[in-house]
Amino acid sequence: MSALYLHIPFCRRACYYCDFHFSTSQQTRQDVLRAMLQELIMRSHEITSPIQSIYLGGGTPSLLEYNELMMIFDQIFLLQNVLQDAEITIEVNPDDLNRDKLKQVRNSPVNRFSIGVQSFHDDDLKYMHRIHSARDAEYAIKGAQDNGFDNISVDLIYGIPTLTHEGWINNIQKLISFDVPHISAYALTVEQHTPLFHLIKRKKLNAPLDASIIRQFNNIAQILPSAGYEHYEISNFAKTGFRSRHNSSYWQGKAYVGIGPSAHSFDGKNTRRWNVSNNIRYIKGLQGESEWFETEYLSKENKLLEWVMTSLRCAEGIRRESADKFGPGQFDKFINNATQMSSHWFNADADVLRLTPSGMLMCDYITLQLLN
Amino acid sequence: MKNIRNFCIIAHIDHGKSTLADRLLQHTKTISDRDLKAQVLDDMDLERERGITIKSKAIQMEYHTQGETYFLNLIDTPGHVDFSYEVSRSIAACEGALLIVDASQGIQAQTISNLYLAIENDLEIIPILNKMDLPSAMPEEVKDQIVDLIGCKREDIIPASGKTGMGIEEILQAIIHRVSSPQGDESAPLQALIFDSVFNPFRGVIAYYRVLNGVIRKGDKVKFMATNSTYDADEVGVLKLELSPRNEIKAGDVGYIVSGIKSAREVKVGDTITHVSRPCSDAIKGFEEVKPMVFAGIYPVDTEDFEELRNSMEKLQLNDASLTWEPEASAALGFGFRCGFLGMLHMEIIQERLEREFKMTVITTVPNVSYIAFTKKGETLIVNNPSELPDSTKLEYVEEPFIKAQIITKSEFLGGVMTLCIQKRGILKGQHYLTQDRVELTFEMPLAEIVFDFYDKLKTISKGYASFDYHPLEYRQSDLVKLDILLNAEQVDALSALIHRNNAYEFGKKMCEKLKELIPRQQFEIPIQAAIGAKIIARETIKALRKDVTAKCYGGDISRKRKLLEKQKEGKKRMRQVGSVEIPQQAFLAVLKLD
Repeated sequence: MSALYLHIPFCRRACYYCDFHFSTSQQTRQDVLRAMLQELIMRSHEITSPIQSIYLGGGTPSLLEYNELMMIFDQIFLLQNVLQDAEITIEVNPDDLNRDKLKQVRNSPVNRFSIGVQSFHDDDLKYMHRIHSARDAEYAIKGAQDNGFDNISVDLIYGIPTLTHEGWINNIQKLISFDVPHISAYALTVEQHTPLFHLIKRKKLNAPLDASIIRQFNNIAQILPSAGYEHYEISNFAKTGFRSRHNSSYWQGKAYVGIGPSAHSFDGKNTRRWNVSNNIRYIKGLQGESEWFETEYLSKENKLLEWVMTSLRCAEGIRRESADKFGPGQFDKFINNATQMSSHWFNADADVLRLTPSGMLMCDYITLQLLN
Repeated sequence: MKNIRNFCIIAHIDHGKSTLADRLLQHTKTISDRDLKAQVLDDMDLERERGITIKSKAIQMEYHTQGETYFLNLIDTPGHVDFSYEVSRSIAACEGALLIVDASQGIQAQTISNLYLAIENDLEIIPILNKMDLPSAMPEEVKDQIVDLIGCKREDIIPASGKTGMGIEEILQAIIHRVSSPQGDESAPLQALIFDSVFNPFRGVIAYYRVLNGVIRKGDKVKFMATNSTYDADEVGVLKLELSPRNEIKAGDVGYIVSGIKSAREVKVGDTITHVSRPCSDAIKGFEEVKPMVFAGIYPVDTEDFEELRNSMEKLQLNDASLTWEPEASAALGFGFRCGFLGMLHMEIIQERLEREFKMTVITTVPNVSYIAFTKKGETLIVNNPSELPDSTKLEYVEEPFIKAQIITKSEFLGGVMTLCIQKRGILKGQHYLTQDRVELTFEMPLAEIVFDFYDKLKTISKGYASFDYHPLEYRQSDLVKLDILLNAEQVDALSALIHRNNAYEFGKKMCEKLKELIPRQQFEIPIQAAIGAKIIARETIKALRKDVTAKCYGGDISRKRKLLEKQKEGKKRMRQVGSVEIPQQAFLAVLKLD
């Protein structure tokens, strides 16, 4: 089964914290899209099994016009075998999800929305320099549901300095009351080379506090499971049957092909590659004028680290039979290293190593300790 | 002999010695323009980067003028206080010295002390005002300083520029006309002064010498008087850009000898070479065993690399005889070596050479000096490592080495420099105005105080306008206490320090604060304590780590997250475990980074 990712590197406005590749100028849009159609052709041989998930991410894919969207899907369906029940997601910004857009998307193969709500409080949205308002966010979810889209994921961000404890609980409760079946909750992370980094450095904005991040993570990790959601990955919660198939393939080491500037691909074995994070260079590259992607071959150690790192993040955890594929006694070694750490971090089980919520907060540390 | 001139160069770091030397070589066609790599005389990478000559070298130029051919032996000298003994031997091999002063900066402390050495050795001083091409040059003012200092005539000072080539011909003429030709008796028994040596992996140690009396010939049986070893002179010759073999080197000239010597330790700078069959009656005066002044532990980052480190140290010692070391064990760092260095720069150089030439990454502990401990039982112990200091109940008293420090600075920084020196337990001994706004300060202070962050502070306080030089004095009794650091109640031997009692509280407090900054949070809370004996004098706490996770959206970019973890893992590998606490390398040098 294959997964296909398409990166739409355009936004109307830059969110301060974002370190994905995007451009707020739409000048290269036609050329980038044309190059992406070209890349789909060039790489069609890499997809050797039917496609079970397609994900349009960005950037802001919801700013695509209907004909642009359909151009992409037509190309995919022309070249590939897409499963009947494939999960086809588009990331949308609440302000884009008006009546026209909903109608257009309903006429496309898309069957899942990932809505970038982030918060239902205008102070937080302003802090992050989001383009939409709290009201837009509510309308977007309602609108999608009224138009028959049940398979909805909503992104939330916690740790925002303007987000109060009550505000956070309120955000979570709102999603529960909307009966949104999938929720991704990310900690506000200050990455270098983002406006947020510089604004904090110049003391124009407050920095997120670890204490708030810890508390708010613990809140959501407690509230959502008691409301029927499964905490199936550190930042992801889903009702039964609504886990993201596409994202799960990232975490389960499955193959995926990424199309568009900055998109990443993995052959499911030992080769990762990624496209250049620059629209002009991407366009020129596809015209054969220059290099446009980099390739990385994974060593055995690389693969073990990636596997531990991604497995620990997921509810399935590290299983004995999978660990021992890396070498006999590998699982026992993990267990041995785990016993050197706090018992509050692990759910005890003879053949599975799984993290508790307080362990999840220490996931990077634990990953390295296990591999010690 | 009458056409030989032996001279050296005295200059402060960065005053353009090497560039000017290159110009002399170029002008005399000793090197072709094509071969002229910038700064030929400094040939270790490290030296070129630091812009200072670490090991002295010599080179012979042939200069044709007025129908005569002159042989000019340039003996290069290191420009740093750590190597002042080596400088003194180079000076002893010469009849003249070029005093190079940067026209924009004026005379510096190091220049003065080497200059006095040259004057004591009756060298003819040729003052040169270098970097005249700089817009910031202030020739008249600096000329005043030079005239004041050596009592020469203003017109004797040669304006020059290594960059443009200005003054080069005048310098060569001055060397011929002002520096006297060497004196010596070719028929007397051989007496040659070793002023340097280099290690060549194929030919062994090559010693450089100046023949004072007699003649050394290829095939001679020779004796090194201080080490009392005999060798065959397999090859002798003069130093051109490359070694240039000759049948003999006569009195007055400078040459080299290859005799299959394996280790630099056998060739001591200042030693006398003579013949076995017809030895000279006296060795040349001024020979000294070089003693290390600063000690520090060097440990492999990965404990398994101990043997490899030992091999590297042995190889380093082959061409650096002033490095001493012995194995030691630390509870915190495992097995390593306690090394002795000539000074702080020497220590840094060794550390860098280990990394560059041997690809060894090492942990260097806080440097300390050599103490003498007197016990109540009447024993005398040499303590090169603070953790070896006997228990206070058994200790009668401790002595530490003192130095005489000379600092030259601008008068506007006088107050700041004085305060610093007094803080560092210095006793002001003299204050002397060189010119209206340049003052020379003399202090007596403990050497231990300058191995801790003294240079950096001096530089900051004086905005870079201070130069510093020191000479060892005797050992003096001091009220020193051993300050221990405990992490999670376990003593970390590598962090112990000997401190004057009056500074101990302040020091302990700052150490705890600094370590709190440097040691990353771990899964449990870590108390940091400073103690004198059983008494805790300061405490800080590192809170437990509760969050270490990437909880942002990173999509399909697994590589980036993996690489982040790999980087962390690399960092972890470099940490040391003491009890249950992981300590990063920088923490072992925390003392150097206080305030």
